[in-house]
Amino acid sequence: MFDMEIFRMIGSGLLETLYMVLVSTAMAYVLGLPLGIALVITDKDGIRPMPFVNRFIGIVVNVLRSVPFLILLITVLPITKKIVGTTIGPNATVVPLVIASAPFVARVVESSLKEVDKGVIEAAQSMGASPWKIVYKVILPEARPSLIVGGTIAVTTILGYSAMAGIVAGGGLGDIAIRYGFYRYQTNIMLVTVALLILIVQILQEIGMKLANIGDRRNG
Amino acid sequence: MGSDTMSSGNPIIRIEGLSKTFQGVSGDISALEDISLEIREGEIFGIIGMSGAGKSTLVRCMNFLEKPTKGKVWFNGRDLSQLTKKELYQIRRSIGMIFQQFNLLMQRTVAGNVCFPLEIAGVDKKAAAKRAEELLTLVGISDRADSYPSQLSGGQRQRVAIARALATNPRVLLCDEATSALDPSTTRGVLTLLRDINRRLGITIVVITHQMKVIEEICSRVAILDSSHIAEVGSVEDIFTRPKTSAARRLVFPEDPSMGKLSGTRCCRIVFNGNSALEPVIAEMVLEFRQVVNILFADMKNIDGKAFGHIVIQLPDSGMVADRMMEYVRSKGLTAEEVEGYV
Ligand SMILES: Nc1ncnc2c1ncn2[C@@H]1O[C@H](COP(=O)(O)OP(=O)(O)O)[C@@H](O)[C@H]1O
Ligand SMILES: [Mg+2]
Repeated sequence: MFDMEIFRMIGSGLLETLYMVLVSTAMAYVLGLPLGIALVITDKDGIRPMPFVNRFIGIVVNVLRSVPFLILLITVLPITKKIVGTTIGPNATVVPLVIASAPFVARVVESSLKEVDKGVIEAAQSMGASPWKIVYKVILPEARPSLIVGGTIAVTTILGYSAMAGIVAGGGLGDIAIRYGFYRYQTNIMLVTVALLILIVQILQEIGMKLANIGDRRNG
Repeated sequence: MGSDTMSSGNPIIRIEGLSKTFQGVSGDISALEDISLEIREGEIFGIIGMSGAGKSTLVRCMNFLEKPTKGKVWFNGRDLSQLTKKELYQIRRSIGMIFQQFNLLMQRTVAGNVCFPLEIAGVDKKAAAKRAEELLTLVGISDRADSYPSQLSGGQRQRVAIARALATNPRVLLCDEATSALDPSTTRGVLTLLRDINRRLGITIVVITHQMKVIEEICSRVAILDSSHIAEVGSVEDIFTRPKTSAARRLVFPEDPSMGKLSGTRCCRIVFNGNSALEPVIAEMVLEFRQVVNILFADMKNIDGKAFGHIVIQLPDSGMVADRMMEYVRSKGLTAEEVEGYV
């Protein structure tokens, strides 16, 4: 039913999507992970309470998170142009994806880290561990399974955002779905791309849960 | 009586005029008020009190996990409030701590947990592993070194926590309700281990608990903490046999029903302080007076092979016989006091 041309197009769309999602996720964690850690340790019950810093980061994160992705996508076009040199294609889409998902990642990380038992942190403090050592020797390792689950949520959310970028010719499967399915009424091509997106979500989900369970020693 | 041969007398922890106030949502909460206390090198010191009395706050002030609002804490002669952060971290390595919920790292093996404080202290991996092995042997679970905490029972987890707390060779071990989550027989095992550690390694132990049984079992001295204040401090024997304050009496005689029913019948409380056993005294008294007595209440415990506790007996109607019975009991070196309104 499809010719080679279309297969090739869907294949490269798939690769573009994976590329955008993985690069954006990695960069979102580079920014979001430290922010999430900062939110936890500067909290009033954290190991290094700093109310003003905490409030400031909290507000920035909330503001960015409350902007709908589509609006953000269009608003940051000038910035994208400055950084990447173009506003279309996967590289251009990475910019709004990172801006939108870094604060999301910060919150996901924050909630994972907050699950770590206060008592364990207190025990580490009683041994003379500095706040920094508590972060990388206690909080992060103890939260590892939860962080992996959070990572799975983040990557699937970013995948969803990346598909939306099709509206501004952002490349990838979402772009194909919109161009063919929406503008040209070639529903079958749209269905294939949507099926592929579902499949990717499913695979990412499986891998994430497996990884989280393998690394978790809490249940024997 | 009241001598503690275990301790050499030097205070390893000294607390003076300590108060701690928390800022609560609905105003200030005063957790501790004007606490002064000395814990002597080598002793096992108990702090007992009801829930919310301030025990945890007090023990957390001893390693400055909680900074006092007022007053001072000295560890081994050093004023903790004068230390830099680095110095405080250093000193904390000389003060081990264990908890009711064990607080082990769930994603690390047993051996990994014991190595943890050594990693923080910068000990090299090989030396740390060797030390962990020694400690796990000491606490009796060397066979579980590669297990994860989730695979262990409560008693085993507390043993791991003890091994971990001992890793940096502390001089003091703080135990905050360390046996409160354990069943009685496991509790006994852990308490025996603590006593062993105290005797063999000479580590001073501070035991926080709400259970008198724990104090009786291992402590030489005890402080009674009652709603943010110290009600009494003294040797366990003294406080157990002659509690002066009502707070102490509530803890020592928890099921004391003397506030209950009223009647004219005379009753007598006999306190055993370790000088004699229960059976012969009462039996001989009954034989001597040819009068039956009614035992209304008994709470006896065996501490180090000696009988401690108290019983309440109903005295015969004849006032003369009753008086002479009390005389008799006293002549056996026991404390006898009349209690009113018991029956
Ligand atoms: N971090 C805290 N913030 C506010 N109140 C606290 C805090 N820690 C303890 N308290 C209060 O201080 C009192 C003593 O608590 P605690 O020392 O835990 O008692 P205990 O260990 O004897 O049960 C309680 O009223 C408790 O609610
Ligand atoms: Mg407590």
